[in-house]
Formats: sequence, structure tokens, C-alpha cells
Amino acid sequence: MNRAGIDLWVGIFVLVGICAVGFLSLRVGNLLTANNAPGYHLEAAFDNIGGLKLRAPVKAAGVVVGRVDAIKLDPKTYQAVVSMRIEQGYQFSRDTIASILTSGLLGEVYVGIDSGGDTQSLVDGTRIAKTQSAVVLEKLIGQFLFDKAAAGSAK
Amino acid sequence: MALESLAYGLRRVGRGTLNSITRLGFASRFFVAVVRNSPAAFRRLQLTLREIYFAGVLSLTIILVSGLFIGMVLALQGYEALTRYGADESLGILVALSLVRELGPVVAGLLFASRAGSAITAEIGLMKTTEQLSAMEMMAVDPLARVVAPRFWGGIISMPILTALFSTMGIFGAYLVGVKLLGIDSGAFWGNMQSAVDFRRDIVNGIIKSVVFGFAVSLIAVFEGYDALPTAEGVSTATTRTVVTSSLAILGLDFVLTVFMFRGIGV
Repeated sequence: MNRAGIDLWVGIFVLVGICAVGFLSLRVGNLLTANNAPGYHLEAAFDNIGGLKLRAPVKAAGVVVGRVDAIKLDPKTYQAVVSMRIEQGYQFSRDTIASILTSGLLGEVYVGIDSGGDTQSLVDGTRIAKTQSAVVLEKLIGQFLFDKAAAGSAK
Repeated sequence: MALESLAYGLRRVGRGTLNSITRLGFASRFFVAVVRNSPAAFRRLQLTLREIYFAGVLSLTIILVSGLFIGMVLALQGYEALTRYGADESLGILVALSLVRELGPVVAGLLFASRAGSAITAEIGLMKTTEQLSAMEMMAVDPLARVVAPRFWGGIISMPILTALFSTMGIFGAYLVGVKLLGIDSGAFWGNMQSAVDFRRDIVNGIIKSVVFGFAVSLIAVFEGYDALPTAEGVSTATTRTVVTSSLAILGLDFVLTVFMFRGIGV
């Protein structure tokens, strides 16, 4: 094969390869929305975060509005402080309730946000005052059994 | 009598060990020589482009078709398992992560080793057998710069491109089976995939893997060809060795790279 033919084919090959990498990064890896979305931070302290992980979604009314970007333990109150990055454009009132929820029985754990009626909104860096911790299934079952036993012995 | 056969056995073991160590030393020296001659491969870019054509463009058929079928099979099998837990919408995650992280680089590397690596070894080995390499040296042309380095770099450049195409075709195949055939919701398929696949952790690591595999396969292929005994049998042995050694190298390196890349997940 002559020079120009090889050049053309190698050019096409490299071009298609770059397209494939672009497809993987943008369509599969979702690079565009992951990095470019500007946002602000909110914090919330929970007694128990259950199975919440980094990069877990933050949802309001089921719509993803942000992601969890740090989880640490407050050494004084022994509460888990979850830092969330909320997309710019979503504002929540100051009496918002943050809760740890699970989608379905086996689904992913996420932070649910229910906005209240306050007219002032949360600004960058504030902490959500009202929180609801994760429901730990083992504790729930334990409590249920304990209640049953207590009811049985009272009879 | 027994002592003699024992001594014979020991001698064989010793000779084998010494031979492998000597070969390893020669391979290292050869690698340094190839790297030192690499600027020549880029100064005469036409030679390298030619090798990218032979190693990369001509491997497209096998890479694209295998990628498509592996993606489709992965989707069928994954659906079977996931639907049992009502999690069939996670099919996109399963397929994308397994292709981008593991199957893409590894299977594309194995195909590349058998399709292009063996051809490179056979070509260089035959050049040596027919004394073309010696003839080049007589004309003061360094065969390392003229023959070996372009093939080495052609392989390294082709491998990541082939891997990206393999993974893309696999995901497309999974889309065809999962969404078009089995009826998973298209939005859930892509959405779950996008929320689970991370650019830095998954895609960049996959590309790094493919570059490492391309490097290993190319080096093994040119070395085996250059080191082949100049006989018909020697060339055939070298070709076989290329495929076997580079397949093992790919799988071994994959384990090591995976340990380094993904050990800290979920912490």
C-alpha cells in the first residue's frame, strides 16, 4: 500500500480511537456534568449515617441535586458530619430537613432533602439544623423483638 | 549410577536457570537499545505509521467484532443474575465497569498479542533467518532503528486506541441486548452507568492498563523475533513463545495493576 493510503488509514484509526475515548469519558464516565457544574457546600450532622458513602447522591423530591463529598466524625458530639456539594441554582430554605434514606430494600443510600417554608435560604457552608438519621435494620428488628417479649411477659 | 543421573538432573536445572537469566539480561540490554534508538522511529515517522497500520488498523476487525460480542454476552449473562434481585437496571454499571476496568484492556491485549504480536515476531524472525538484518548492518543501517523501534512504538500507540474501541463496542453491544432486546429502560441503563463510572478512577486507569499491556506485548514480540534462532523451527518457536509469554505477562501485570489501582475502593 502506498504512503498516502497508509497515512489516511492511520489517520482514520487515530481519529476513531479519540472518538472512542471521548465517548467513554463523556457518555459513560459523565465527565461533563461531574466537573463543570458549579455549586456550593452544605453540612449536616447525623447520629448515624448507616451505609452512606462518598459521592452518594443528594436528592430533593427524588431529583439529584448534589453529591456527598466528605464524611467525618465530630470528636466532641460523636456525630457524623456529612459535607454535601449542591449544584448551583438549587436553593433550600433554612428549616430544611436532611435525612439518610435508602432507595428500595437493597438500593443505594442517599441523602434526602425536604425543603421547609422559611423564606430565607441556606447559604454556602451552613449546617442543616434538622436531620434524621439512617434507620438501622438490625436495631429496628431488635426493638421489635424486645417489644414483643415485653408484651408477652406483661400478660 | 543413581549419583550420575542425579548429577545430570542438577546440571540440566542449572543450565536452564543460567540460560533464562542470560536471556533476561539480554532482554534488558535489548530494551535499553530499543529505547535509545527510538528517536529514529519518530524522526522517520513514515516507518512507525506503517507499523501502526499493520498492528492497529488491520486488527480493527477482530477487536470490533469481539468487543461487540463480549458486550452482548456480558449483558445477557448479567441480566440473568441481576434480574433475580430486581436489579436489572444496574446492567449498565456491570457492563461498563467490567469492560472499562478489566475486560477491555485484558481481552484487547490478548487479541493484540495473538493478532499483531505474533506477526511482528514472525516478520523480524524471518528477516533474521534470511539475513536481511545482517545485510542492513553491512549497509551501516542499524536494524534496531530501522526495523525494531518502529514496530515497538507502533504497538504501544495502537494498543490504547484498540482498547478504547473494544470497550466502546462492548458497551454498544450491551446497549443493543439490554435495551433493545431485553427491554431495560434506556434512561436507567445510561444514568446508572454514568453515576457509577468515574473518569479518573475507571477510565484513566483502564487507559493506563492498556498502555502498559501494549508496552509489554510489543517488547516481548520484537525481542522474541530478534532473538529467534535463524531456522524455520526457530521462527515458529519464537512466534509461539510471543503469544504465550505476552498472554501470561498481560494477566500477571493486570493483577499487579489492579491491586495498585483499585485496592482503596469504598473506603
